[in-house]
Amino acid sequence: MSAPAIEASELTAPHEEQKNYLNADHTVASWLLTGDHKRIAIMYLISVSFFFMIGGIFAGLIRLELISPTGVLLESETYNKIFSAHGIVMIFLFLVPSIPAVFGNFLLPIMIGARDLAFPRMNLASLYVYWLGGGLITLGLLTGGVDSGWTFYTPYSSLYSNSQVSLVIIGIFFAGFSSIMTGLNFIVTVHKMRAPGMTWFRLPLFVWSMYATSVVMLLGTPVIAITLLLVFAERTLHLGVFSPELGGDPVLFQHLFWFYSHPAVYIMILPSFGVISELMANFSRKRVFGYHFVAFSSLAIAGLGFLVWGHHMFVSSQSMYQGVVFSLVSFLVAVPSAVKVFNWTATMYKGHIRLQTPMIYAIGFIGLFTVGGLTGLFLACMGTDVHLTNTYFIVAHFHYVMVGGAMMGFLGALHFWWPKMTGHMYNDTWGKFNALLVFIGFNLTFFPQFIVGFLGMPRRYHYYYIAPEFTPYHIMSSAGASALAVGLIVPAFYLVSSLRGKRKASANPWGAHGLEWQTASPPITLNFVETPIVTDEVYDFSHMDEYEQRRGTAEMTHPGEGLQQDKNLDIVGTKEDK
Amino acid sequence: MASVAEDHGHGDMVVHVHHQFENIDQQNESYIVGMWCFLVTEIMFFGALFIMYILYRWNYQQDFYGAHLELSQPFHMFGLQEFPIWGSINTTALLISSFTMVMAVRAAQLRQKMVVLKNLGVTCVLATLFLVIKFTFEWPPKFQHHLVPGPNFHPHAEVLHGAAPRASEIFFSLYFAMTGLHAIHIIAGIGVIGALMFLWNKGATSVTEDYVPTEMIGLYWHFVDLVWIFLFPLFYLIPA
Amino acid sequence: MGNYPMAPPQASNFAFEHDLIFYSLVVLTVIFTVIVGAFVLFFAFRYRQGNQVNRSRPFHEHLPLEITWSVIPLLLGLVMFFLGAKLFVNMRVPPKDAMEIFVIGKQWMWHIQHSNGVRENNTLHVPVGRPVKLTMISQDVIHAFYIPAFRVQYHVVPGRYTMEWFTATKPGEYHLFCGMYCGTQHSEMVGTVVAMEPKEYAKWLANGGNTAVPMSMEQAGAKAFSVRGCNNCHTGSDTERAPSLYGLFGKTRKFTDGSSAIADGAYIRESIFNPYNRVTQGYSYQTMPAYAGQLSEEEVLDMIAYIKTLGSPASAATNAPATGVMGGGVNPPKTPAVGAMGARESAAQPRTNLAVGALSRQNGEGR
Repeated sequence: MSAPAIEASELTAPHEEQKNYLNADHTVASWLLTGDHKRIAIMYLISVSFFFMIGGIFAGLIRLELISPTGVLLESETYNKIFSAHGIVMIFLFLVPSIPAVFGNFLLPIMIGARDLAFPRMNLASLYVYWLGGGLITLGLLTGGVDSGWTFYTPYSSLYSNSQVSLVIIGIFFAGFSSIMTGLNFIVTVHKMRAPGMTWFRLPLFVWSMYATSVVMLLGTPVIAITLLLVFAERTLHLGVFSPELGGDPVLFQHLFWFYSHPAVYIMILPSFGVISELMANFSRKRVFGYHFVAFSSLAIAGLGFLVWGHHMFVSSQSMYQGVVFSLVSFLVAVPSAVKVFNWTATMYKGHIRLQTPMIYAIGFIGLFTVGGLTGLFLACMGTDVHLTNTYFIVAHFHYVMVGGAMMGFLGALHFWWPKMTGHMYNDTWGKFNALLVFIGFNLTFFPQFIVGFLGMPRRYHYYYIAPEFTPYHIMSSAGASALAVGLIVPAFYLVSSLRGKRKASANPWGAHGLEWQTASPPITLNFVETPIVTDEVYDFSHMDEYEQRRGTAEMTHPGEGLQQDKNLDIVGTKEDK
Repeated sequence: MASVAEDHGHGDMVVHVHHQFENIDQQNESYIVGMWCFLVTEIMFFGALFIMYILYRWNYQQDFYGAHLELSQPFHMFGLQEFPIWGSINTTALLISSFTMVMAVRAAQLRQKMVVLKNLGVTCVLATLFLVIKFTFEWPPKFQHHLVPGPNFHPHAEVLHGAAPRASEIFFSLYFAMTGLHAIHIIAGIGVIGALMFLWNKGATSVTEDYVPTEMIGLYWHFVDLVWIFLFPLFYLIPA
Repeated sequence: MGNYPMAPPQASNFAFEHDLIFYSLVVLTVIFTVIVGAFVLFFAFRYRQGNQVNRSRPFHEHLPLEITWSVIPLLLGLVMFFLGAKLFVNMRVPPKDAMEIFVIGKQWMWHIQHSNGVRENNTLHVPVGRPVKLTMISQDVIHAFYIPAFRVQYHVVPGRYTMEWFTATKPGEYHLFCGMYCGTQHSEMVGTVVAMEPKEYAKWLANGGNTAVPMSMEQAGAKAFSVRGCNNCHTGSDTERAPSLYGLFGKTRKFTDGSSAIADGAYIRESIFNPYNRVTQGYSYQTMPAYAGQLSEEEVLDMIAYIKTLGSPASAATNAPATGVMGGGVNPPKTPAVGAMGARESAAQPRTNLAVGALSRQNGEGR
């Protein structure tokens, strides 16, 4: 393939359709063999959305089954396979790659003024490895499924489960390599590819959070890879390192598993932090309050994240003293998390706040993440963890963080950068209404689970006829899940239909600040006509053209108007217009 | 991938700079940072196994001693009864290969094509020697003595040297897992060194005019050696 | 049931302290969520685009503020950490005089052994007011022994002993769950913890794990005879409604259709389940209800044994079964461990247990 040269006609003939990364080449091969980070991001977007849908269907089946204490339509074995599939697909194929591989891939080079990631071929390889992993996992689910839960605790997963654990584990192994490649690429890109003038403290906070995420990916993922490989070896070759029957130690598996899987939680939530920082700044039209604190809190969370894995194991027969240390460090994580929430809130103070769709998601995120983070304290606190661990309380907690946090961030990012990625505007009214629906449906789904968890309902239970007092909470939760499902299906319609719509997006439809808004929508293949030179500070709205600011509002409220003049005004990747 | 041949004012040096990079320096620095990141990943990869080793060695100290004796061969010199002859030869081979790799990188910096090729060739030969010894003199006896973990693990008492069978099985599980993973890295190393030699032989400017690719592969090779430097005493030289 | 609880019962020495920490954390959560939520919504309203308000001198960095909102959560967190760790350490250090009970977990049941050798499955009987230390191990995969009402839970791991201890404080029956996912029937690895007054517990233990002295088949039959109300019609002598069953066994019965048969076990069973097949001479067609599907085979066997004794000298002893029996229509539990209970215990049996039993059976049939 060849890099399309930037033709002079792009600049001289603004009324013809501009060349961009989407229409640069139309063959299938030009997509499958591309090195363009933007095209890879689009393919990732389609892939993770597909797996999100699959995982969502499993979630729906779980909620349907739990309406009745004695189940509705599934056998216990099938139910176990479905909740396992839900966890595996959602975590390894949706949450971990979602924001980094889609928005990180698309935006990180543009945000720092680079033409591409440092290693485009490795970026493409990561996509193929992800497809390979996703394919193997799907194959495993289709040929019998896996019933060990996404945690694969030994010796159940290694010696007792009669399901496709081996195949799925190899799938996760590959998916892990995909995220290692992405993380490595990001780190090198941030270190070495920043445009002139783009100092570390001029980096958008999204880039900071991507950097922190990449560090976690790089350090954590190899450990889970080798651990799962040994479970595979134990299943197939009886290489017994985790099974007591073979002399091994099952708790060792838990240590190694959580050494990755706790930081993995930060792989999922840190990118969302970055997205929310962007949204808060751009929709309050104000520099993020305490930029340095927000940036360093990401690194602090990534660092501390590696020291707290033992809080998943307070009751798993690790030493009491170990537990005390892990509990203490877990409480420390609350500080950088709290710093972020308070700084986002303070960002809105004296801002010019526009309540457009992405901002509704950002505000929803703050509410849900606050609850999700604070309920984490119940589980970091050893005395209460004993009662609450392994119950629906923990299920509710991590859904508040993962769905309320990571997924709201994903949706916020999707609505914010959709016009940049596709060049089309969607219907903001639909978006706002839908964001509200997601928020309400989410709370209705997961709040009752806190109560039923406190009552003692263990997670991964198919039947609860022994405790029929749990029933009403499960019914509420399932009702909420229906609302949430609608809220997740509707965007697919209005976003996809926007692609055929006539509402073209200008280069900067939100009046936002950042290099990605200074190139065309959608960007050209090499992002910028010439390498930008950064001279203004990050989120510095004071120097932005007043017209630019007003246009951002007009774009959404009166779509189509003013577009003609915009076209002439669009600055396709030039130096900062200050 | 689009590669643009550019002259970036480095005198006669004409090197491919990939489209995403501004200049050769940025490209090389990116390679270096990328390589070190990769090595960090590798350290974590092996690190998990080393953690397991530490735990089980702690749990089964005497058994590990007993089981490790099977890695040694009878050796009646210098007042010794047993000595890991093959393991020592392999260690020496890898140490020398690291040295020849250093010489190759040095020659690459001086653009001495034949010296580079000779040194890389020796490195490859030593790496192959390592694999040959491992797969003909080290692993097969374990298969014969039924020391391979799994359903066929039922060794005679004399090959266990007093170690409990369960604990020896763990020892050999770790032995095969860790040296096996290491062997895979050696094989991959032979592959990339071979590719590098091919490029040097062809006279590709991407390596002849720019020593960084050679240096990166050297870095990888030193890492692989270093892992062995840890594996050798941990498996072959356990004190009583 | 009918009322839906918001909190599990507090039934152990840990429950109160646990709930104190839990509710403190709830208060913290609510306060912080409300503060953040209120500020976000207030700012979103007040500083919305186009609203003419004072926006002069906005600030972007404020070190004292940053320190304040770092230190306050840190201090609160440390307090909660300390309280939680204290409780946890307490949970991990059993008193020296604790009574030891042994728990074995296996797919998918709990096997429990008391120190005097009494064994039970999926039920744990403990005395109130005395520290109990459970020593636990698994035969296969990892389980977790979880009693929500006691706020205790610990993994039951293969290859090593683990421990949890508690002092039950309130007599009653509580849920016992397997907390750690352990395979297909994980959700059915459940049971009941019965906290008893120490005296009752001692009695229970002395009786080999039965709540009363075991009954003979005749005794059980006599009880069923009375519980089912058979004795209302089948009295000591023939009445208008029903023939007496005294001395029935082994005699020849004549029927309305002219046939006759010797009254053996098979005949009695048939007469209970389908009384209209053969009706004794002198009696009308539909006096007695058919009990097919209402009595278990076990009960019928007991009744036959009881009827055998009628008319013999033994009848005097068992003739007048215990009165005041309640809860008609309830099957005795299948598991002998819970006790082939006497009339007294049956009356005292809490309702929940019966309902659970019924549900569980219903479910069992459903599958």
